[in-house]
Amino acid sequence: MSTTPRSDAQTVVITGLGATTPVGGDVASTWDGLLAGRSGVRSLTEEWASELPVQFAARVAVDPGDVLDRVEARKLDRTQQLALIAAREAWADAGTPDVDRERLGVSIATGIGGALTLLGQWDIYRESGPRRVSPHTIPMLMPNGPAAVVGLEITARAGVHTPVSACASGAEAVAQGLAMIRGGRADLVVVGGTEACIHPLPLAAFAAMRALSKRNDDPAAASRPWDTDRDGFVFGEGAAVLVIETAEHAKARGAKIYGEVAGAGITADGHHIAQPDPEGKGATRAMRMALADAGADPTDVVHINAHGTSTPQGDVAEALAIRTALGDAAAQVAVTSTKSMTGHLLGAAGAVESLACVMALHDQLVPPTINLENLDPDVQLDIVSGQARKLADDRFPGAVALNNSFGFGGHNVALAFRSYP
Amino acid sequence: MADQQEILSGLAEIVNEVAGVPVDSVQLGKAFTDDLDIDSLSMVEVVVAAEEKFGVKIPDDDVKDLRTVGDAVTYIAQAGA
Repeated sequence: MSTTPRSDAQTVVITGLGATTPVGGDVASTWDGLLAGRSGVRSLTEEWASELPVQFAARVAVDPGDVLDRVEARKLDRTQQLALIAAREAWADAGTPDVDRERLGVSIATGIGGALTLLGQWDIYRESGPRRVSPHTIPMLMPNGPAAVVGLEITARAGVHTPVSACASGAEAVAQGLAMIRGGRADLVVVGGTEACIHPLPLAAFAAMRALSKRNDDPAAASRPWDTDRDGFVFGEGAAVLVIETAEHAKARGAKIYGEVAGAGITADGHHIAQPDPEGKGATRAMRMALADAGADPTDVVHINAHGTSTPQGDVAEALAIRTALGDAAAQVAVTSTKSMTGHLLGAAGAVESLACVMALHDQLVPPTINLENLDPDVQLDIVSGQARKLADDRFPGAVALNNSFGFGGHNVALAFRSYP
Repeated sequence: MADQQEILSGLAEIVNEVAGVPVDSVQLGKAFTDDLDIDSLSMVEVVVAAEEKFGVKIPDDDVKDLRTVGDAVTYIAQAGA
């Protein structure tokens, strides 16, 4: 059991959730879709897709143009649009907190930034000349754009941050928000991640790395973490946002509490720009650090939402890292990869999967990993496959879930969430 | 060349497209910033779109003098004359 009970002033909790993902346009539909094992991966119908080696992706289930006002949307990159939609849902879900704005922070990540704006405006430049380039281009393409837009929306003045660490960015944003509260810089922080760059160039570039699945004949089966037939990740888009604050602050304003952000571990491999350390040493250290930071033991861990991107090397390295980090306790952990359904949302992945961890502890239900037909023999973990699994009552309260996120550059972030109370 | 009424209605369409201001609200006496809430970046969009629509040049140095919709209509009418 947990050994370090924290006071309400030291405990950071989640009081609001928002999302727009390939599985659903809000938290409820996303969570229902994940529990039902529904894939958000589809064939790309655009003409440009026909010449690409990869002709499918995981687009958001609800187009942001159907949600946002037209005039508002035209000044926002798609990453900003998705972040704003998720942030509005989370902020409303948290009860539209009446907080001191100088004590309100934002930490919203992206892995790539406003690539669609950059590429789109370059097209306009070449077709119509420099004078037709939109004056909104820079605020739209800058990676801090989504965080800034959300900060303006809620008038956050304690600091607005954009951690960038490729596919670990979303998780690092959550860690940054936790640090802001613990460090005394903010009472409440809106954290999350967003990504939206489904376009021929990024697709061609990831395909050139041989990182993407090429299962064009069956897109919904393409993201298959830990399966022997996995052949790469599926490119996706979306956003998720969480509102976090101290338990003391949450209780004082009568907010509902979903769970606790109990700890974070951040490490770097120092190994290769794009390949994971084959033994997963950096990932192991990140998980151990997150647990230590949470004051939790490996035996407290009931669930891991793995990075599990469906790449041949990465999935095995992570499985090894989990075994090493948790030791014998790993056998008692229900492991899943919701990327099997959402695809890989790059800089939003860690945020979406944090949300999934929080909901899994809250509902005591772990979403399945879909498309897992033949488990890779090198993966010795209890993978939740096929359908959702109930978490046993005797592991609660005090149950811990880990979310792993790793990014090109050798970035590793592990987050520890705990059921509350 | 377009008369003042044609310029006004063309400008109103542009302002509506760029900033969502209802066409009927774009009147000669309205100030772009104070009345129509058009910020400096959106004003650039309006100017570039107006140049294209009316076939005129509006140098950046002149844009600061275009405080109201009426200022812009007069400017475009003269520039196109």
